[in-house]
Amino acid sequence: MLVKLTDCIDINEVYEYLYSDEAGAVNTFLGTVRNHSKGKTVIKLEFEAYEPMALKELNLIAERAKQQWPIYKVAIIHVVGSKQPGEAVVITGVSSAHREASFEACRFLIDELKKTVPIWKKEYYEDSSVWVNAHP
Amino acid sequence: MRVLRLVIFLTLVLSVMEILLFGITRDITGQQRLNVPADQNIVTVKGLKQWLVEQYPAIGKLSSLAVAVNNTYAEDEDNLTPESEIALIPPVSGG
Repeated sequence: MLVKLTDCIDINEVYEYLYSDEAGAVNTFLGTVRNHSKGKTVIKLEFEAYEPMALKELNLIAERAKQQWPIYKVAIIHVVGSKQPGEAVVITGVSSAHREASFEACRFLIDELKKTVPIWKKEYYEDSSVWVNAHP
Repeated sequence: MRVLRLVIFLTLVLSVMEILLFGITRDITGQQRLNVPADQNIVTVKGLKQWLVEQYPAIGKLSSLAVAVNNTYAEDEDNLTPESEIALIPPVSGG
């Protein structure tokens, strides 16, 4: 499993890791910074992580995916630090023999990451900023 | 004498429970970690949450509030000890 926090995502590194002769499918999801949120222009996002626990949770999610689907390899990488619109902030990926498992597992990885992994993002607008999801 | 000093030092260090803070809870408290004095007699996750909301009412207005003990999500009734690594987990927003 390729699981880590980084300041910059290298898509080639993920593909090189996931690729395998026995796999007929390599599926990745790349999350990027959107330049707008709820009608406001987003200037940048800042990500903060409780790193040891975030890595532990990411590894648990990757293990669960391996238990649920017949997949060969799993990758999850998330950034910490400041990112501008268009930049990559998270990548999840799997390789499997057939595409169905790879689509399902890849979606599972990103959906679960958003629920449990202790990573926080602050959205910066032109005149203010807010911690995403902090308030109802 | 040296041993006595060491014992006093360790007692002081161990009796203060340290809470790691992240995200919005750093902004609310203005700190990266909080020390919970031993005389508050906080022994459970639930007790810690109640104490935090009393100290910082803005923490009570968050969508959710979790506590992690040694890098694992803890339940309200779980016990806390000063030796554990305790962290406050406000609503997560990765991805």
